[in-house]
Amino acid sequence: MTTKLMGTPVQRVEDQRFLRGKGRYVDDVAVGQDVLHAAVLRSPHAHARIVDIDVDDVLDLEGVHAVWTYDDLAGPMAPRMAEPLPLLIPHPALTHGRTQYALAKDEVNYVGEAIAFVVADDRYVAEDAVGRIKVSYDFLPAVVGIDRARAATDLVHADVPGNVGARLEQNVGDAPAAIARAPHRLELDLTIERSACMPMEGRGTVARWDADINRMQVWTSTQTSTGVRAAVAVKLGLDLGQVDVITPDVGGGFGVKINHPWPEELLVPMAARALGRTVKFTEDRREHFISSAHERGQVHHVSVGFDDEGRLLGLDVEFWHDHGAYTPYGLIVPIITSTQLLGPYKPQSYRVVFESLYTNTVMVTPYRGAGRPQGCYTMERTMDAIAAYLGKDRTEVRAVNFIQPDEFPYDQGLIFQDGRELEYDSGDYPASLEKIKALIGWDDFPTFRRSMAAAGRKVGIGLACYVEGTGVGPYEGAHVHIETSGKVKVATGLTTQGQGHATVFAQLVADELGVKFEDVEVVTGDTRRMPYAVGTFASRAAVMSGSAIHLAAKRAKEKVLKIAADALEADPSDLQIVDGVVSVKGSPGTSIDLGTVSVLSNPLRYAFDEASKAATQFSVGDPGKPPVPEDEEPGLEGKDFYSPERATFASGMHAVIVETDPLTAEIKILKYAVVHDCGHLINPMIVEGQIHGGVAQGIGGALYEKMAYDESGQLLNASFMDFLMPYVTEIPDGIAIDHLETPSPLNPLGIKGAGEAGVIPSAAVFASAIEDAEGFPISAMPISPSELFELRQTREETP
Amino acid sequence: MTEELHDVRLTVNGVAHDVRVPARRLLSDALRHDLELTGTHVGCEHGVCGACTVLVDGRPTRSCLMFAVSAVDTEITTVEGLTKPDGSLGPVQQAFAECHGLQCGFCTPGFLTTITAGLRENPTPTHEECRDMIAGNLCRCTGYQNIVKAVERAAALQQGTSVEEPA
Repeated sequence: MTTKLMGTPVQRVEDQRFLRGKGRYVDDVAVGQDVLHAAVLRSPHAHARIVDIDVDDVLDLEGVHAVWTYDDLAGPMAPRMAEPLPLLIPHPALTHGRTQYALAKDEVNYVGEAIAFVVADDRYVAEDAVGRIKVSYDFLPAVVGIDRARAATDLVHADVPGNVGARLEQNVGDAPAAIARAPHRLELDLTIERSACMPMEGRGTVARWDADINRMQVWTSTQTSTGVRAAVAVKLGLDLGQVDVITPDVGGGFGVKINHPWPEELLVPMAARALGRTVKFTEDRREHFISSAHERGQVHHVSVGFDDEGRLLGLDVEFWHDHGAYTPYGLIVPIITSTQLLGPYKPQSYRVVFESLYTNTVMVTPYRGAGRPQGCYTMERTMDAIAAYLGKDRTEVRAVNFIQPDEFPYDQGLIFQDGRELEYDSGDYPASLEKIKALIGWDDFPTFRRSMAAAGRKVGIGLACYVEGTGVGPYEGAHVHIETSGKVKVATGLTTQGQGHATVFAQLVADELGVKFEDVEVVTGDTRRMPYAVGTFASRAAVMSGSAIHLAAKRAKEKVLKIAADALEADPSDLQIVDGVVSVKGSPGTSIDLGTVSVLSNPLRYAFDEASKAATQFSVGDPGKPPVPEDEEPGLEGKDFYSPERATFASGMHAVIVETDPLTAEIKILKYAVVHDCGHLINPMIVEGQIHGGVAQGIGGALYEKMAYDESGQLLNASFMDFLMPYVTEIPDGIAIDHLETPSPLNPLGIKGAGEAGVIPSAAVFASAIEDAEGFPISAMPISPSELFELRQTREETP
Repeated sequence: MTEELHDVRLTVNGVAHDVRVPARRLLSDALRHDLELTGTHVGCEHGVCGACTVLVDGRPTRSCLMFAVSAVDTEITTVEGLTKPDGSLGPVQQAFAECHGLQCGFCTPGFLTTITAGLRENPTPTHEECRDMIAGNLCRCTGYQNIVKAVERAAALQQGTSVEEPA
């Protein structure tokens, strides 16, 4: 038998091209060819009416080919270009959803909103041209921050009262009544600031219109090829079949590239068609800061009632979500906060209500974790507060509230982000807690603290637990094709931005088909190869496409065995496939290789090489039967889709020991530990890499990164100089990781998603540890040394 | 207004290329778009992220902070130049593959060039020196853990190579 690859740390196949500098990212497409370059004029003001746009000087500039403003968008070919961009995920509670136009119409609502689009010989000239456009504005007051949005003294959109896009409430039991009856009650106010995904590669799009075949080809750095394809077709007035979207190598996504279509994803193909030339847009870093998307900004108020053991009796959470100027991604982020907040716990009753608010800032779409970091932070701060109030160990309070292993499936009684019940499929939270305590050294910490205190040093320990709904629907599909060479070509429609899909999916196919790993080639995110797909988000790729690929490979295998059984005059159940050769079990001499099976699967009239002669009409087939049997198709292929009833729920716990400098308030990480349960691991090396990356991103979000908007809506830190992403110097030297593998009953491989987990508990775990070190509550994250220093000062002044 | 163009000879990975560029053309753009060496990536265009790092006369240099016209009379090495003449991976590249030192691969070329120069200067770095060596480059995917391992592995591979190869 071939060794199973599932569960083994197979080295990544994609690295071979990346390491040689041969990756193909979107800005590498069409290099060396005749390409025009685009640049965008963006609003320098957070809120203003556009009085006039003067583009007269632009076309005088040598090398400029065209300029578009809103008034140029609507044309007979593409009337829908002038409509607002799609509201991707409508929800009944989103009563006042608003989206922007591809180019601003009459009004701008954030610094960075696209106003004009210029195409020129190169990016330098295009930017020169943008500088020549004169816009006159009537200024409007900017609404920045949740407080000003709630105050609603000024409105972002004149027709949205109170700046409220949506209000959504969910109830399980009667939480306010339960809290009123509870022996103990606490209230907390918790805030968390904005951050952003910040992939190292920004957004970019290339489009080529082929007038000979009336076809549009688009390359874009996206997390959903099929989503962009549908949007481009509709907006440009093309049939879906006229548009191909190819996602090349993507230099990181982390959520921001799931939003679509960006204005440029429509403007670039529009320009390519109008000019009959290949057009490319590659944003710069400042553009990524001010015109893509942010996340995380929320303010929470918690009321909780509990018993003497710390058992939750009622939990009532009200929060305000800053969604920026527009709502293309609907209510996904606050819905996830409001549901995933519950984590591994079972409150006896729960009420959650949120308002999603407009501000004159960059819009909000999911960033790795997607509302879960805020939910986890809110819940875990509450757990810590209960423990402090009762004088109990923080792990004990959590343990009494855990859903127990024999209680699965566990229905939380809420509606999740996919419109389905929030029902956990499996997990073992008590076991995770034991593991994390051992890994961080929870029980030994008091001794460590005393020894550090004796040396004049201040340390704290923190812990945070989370549950993550992964692998949401609706579906993904896969196509497996065994070629006559015996090589296996696999396609799935969702995209890849660093997760190693070409490796893990090839592992699954090699295992199921019995072929060599190196004979399997996987393509993702190319609508020509798999036109039905959803996208890469919500830690869903392994679960959704992994399952679909497994099922498609199974179908291909069934066909292989059927054809091989005919050829070998054996029973399909007596056959095995090892290293690409089908043989009769026990008599290895009776065999046929997969390439030959592929030849036989496709009855031919015309031979094109030696192998194909075997499939021609005078060589094979029973003259009394149709060459292709009924219910069969020619070719050795398998195609299948995976569409689960609901999401599968991964879980985990993080713990950290920090040291805070008594003088400078510098926060140093002494030890970081992760226990992670994503069901069966396909490739443990890749899962650990995802955790490392998530932890680092979480450290950035907890201690360094925030979007520094001033009161007029200017983003003051829109560069890597000022937005402090962690270098290696900010990340601990070593992250202790332990796995638990509680399989999911919902998919054939028993897997759960792993991509976002590393970042979910960061704000919670650092707040917990810093609070433990300092001895006073931490209720606002992220926290910098200066902010911690100020908190100390405030407490000294008002004891 | 017609932009004045300059004839420049850029020597990259041992090959001389003659290009005609405006004075403001960044070295990163000239490498990528004029020479079609797209392995060098541009992450911030203000010298912070390090993705565009190339070696100029052996020294790590941010190619987004240098004009192409300033690079005449220098020897430039890009990520493409780190691969061995037979097409196999150089030691730093090999170490990254073995240690899972990359995910999306976008920042990787800058790390590879930086570490190549770092190990040339210090072939036997301590663990702490390995961390220092990469402290000027940003990666958003890996959390750096496996990149540090890759530096150590690359040092070991290079030591092995120099032992095997006759001087």
